[in-house]
Amino acid sequence: MTTLGELAKVVRSKNAGPFIMTIDIMFPSKEIYDKVITTGFFTTKLFSDLYNIKSDLIKIYYYDIAHTIKISMPRPFFQGDICDGDNYAGQQYGPLVLINIPI
Amino acid sequence: MEIRVLGPNGNIGTGFKEESFERGIKLNPHVIACDAGSTDSGAYALGTGIAKPARSAIKRDTRLILLGRDELKVPLIIGSCGTSGSDVAVDWMRDIVIEIAKEENLHFKIALIKADQDKTYLKQKLGEGKIKPLFPEFEYTEETINKSARIVGVMGYEQLNRALSEGADVILAGRATDTSLFAVVPLRMGADPGLTWHMAKTIECGAACAVVPAADSMFVRIRDTEFEVEPLDLDLKVTPLTIAAHTLYENLSPFEIREPEGTIVTENCEYQAKDNRSVIVKGSEFRKETYTIKLEGAELVGYQTVIIGGIRDPYIIKQLDSLFKLADAYFGEKVPKMFPGLKKDDFSIHFRVYGKNGVMGPMEPLKDQVGHEVGLLITITAQSQELATEISKFVAHISAHLPIPEWEGIISTIAYPFSPPEIEKGPVYRFNVNHVVEPDDPFEMFRFSYEEV
Repeated sequence: MTTLGELAKVVRSKNAGPFIMTIDIMFPSKEIYDKVITTGFFTTKLFSDLYNIKSDLIKIYYYDIAHTIKISMPRPFFQGDICDGDNYAGQQYGPLVLINIPI
Repeated sequence: MEIRVLGPNGNIGTGFKEESFERGIKLNPHVIACDAGSTDSGAYALGTGIAKPARSAIKRDTRLILLGRDELKVPLIIGSCGTSGSDVAVDWMRDIVIEIAKEENLHFKIALIKADQDKTYLKQKLGEGKIKPLFPEFEYTEETINKSARIVGVMGYEQLNRALSEGADVILAGRATDTSLFAVVPLRMGADPGLTWHMAKTIECGAACAVVPAADSMFVRIRDTEFEVEPLDLDLKVTPLTIAAHTLYENLSPFEIREPEGTIVTENCEYQAKDNRSVIVKGSEFRKETYTIKLEGAELVGYQTVIIGGIRDPYIIKQLDSLFKLADAYFGEKVPKMFPGLKKDDFSIHFRVYGKNGVMGPMEPLKDQVGHEVGLLITITAQSQELATEISKFVAHISAHLPIPEWEGIISTIAYPFSPPEIEKGPVYRFNVNHVVEPDDPFEMFRFSYEEV
């Protein structure tokens, strides 16, 4: 078991417009990226449980050329709404950093 | 064929290096283009028409760019002026440009392209079914249109192309796609659309795609079957990985990026290092789609006053949820009694607890792991600033003495660092549209004007 923070080159989150947030998990090599994908660990269910968002609204992209897994989902609140605590959605990757990956 | 594009910076007013930009001018670009806008920092800029960067910072960058342009006499295109690209923000940017032109004795023809949308026009389009939702979908109604403080349409190639055809040297555009600013001149000169749009996407954030990421100038050369990217600061470099990775940034999908005219498809791209600091890209494609113009609208939510505090008592910290539930019920009943005429829905009191779930709110998976102290932000929103502050004074006082069953007698529940504890924050806006319009004609939503300086 290794944490995602140790495996990835960067884990980051950001707005993709005011209504969507997107998470990029970039790995330092094709080898590590492939290993992580082979575990089948990253599923829409995982993000649905973690972020409390319906899994059919979550999109996962595998961007081989940059060894990156990208996850996009609707923001729980529109950017800047009274209940929104992160205008840029820049800290929403937090719960992923210490998650254990079974490799 | 080789067409050269200079991008001084990802956003005007963030301060590129003079040497980088001068180096770009010496490489003889066919166009200089720069974005000035963003929705990223929130709806405030669109709601108020006020730019996010400081005027003096924008003037500094713009002066250098105008002087550089004057050496080459090539088109200069600045898009989404004043952050929001609304009409007032374009006029504000025009005044800065005119001021510089007078100070430096520069002469050119300016085009202003305005992007504010007429509410009657939008209601008509809504009635015709010509306004379509984007993901994530929500409803757009006449009521939403009426409530909007301001609505802009996001222009693209067609509108900028027209201003160039009508002889503009300097275009100050309202809300525009970042990419179209860089793409319009190469497309006019006959460059491949796939390569051009992908090139534009690559440099629209300036040297954000460089190692290390910087707010600085970028240079591209588009040839028949490839484009080449180079950061203009010689201490920076780009690699095939950083260029490929840039299509991830702030996009829903790394493979498809939608523009008014169609979609950039990067699925079959190849990225190769040209030398140790520049990259060549091949295989970008562009898929034509139904012509649409995206809308951006902002509505006033209210005016806010905030209270900052902290809590250290472990007994209080362990029952924050129930305590704030109690407070919420108390204020819901008591505030309307204290402020005659005020109804329950006319105000909101929101407690945010840092150290618990302040950053992620209801999405936080670890909301039960709370430390030895927490930070508290209470946000009061009402329909006027005066009212928000009056309610805050009441909320600050009552919250400071919220009781818990473990202690007898009056206690001080919250530590306030400021006196008075309430701070006025001003108006707050929200985005209220995520839709596109299918216009009959690309020009019907935009207004053009020209002036000789």
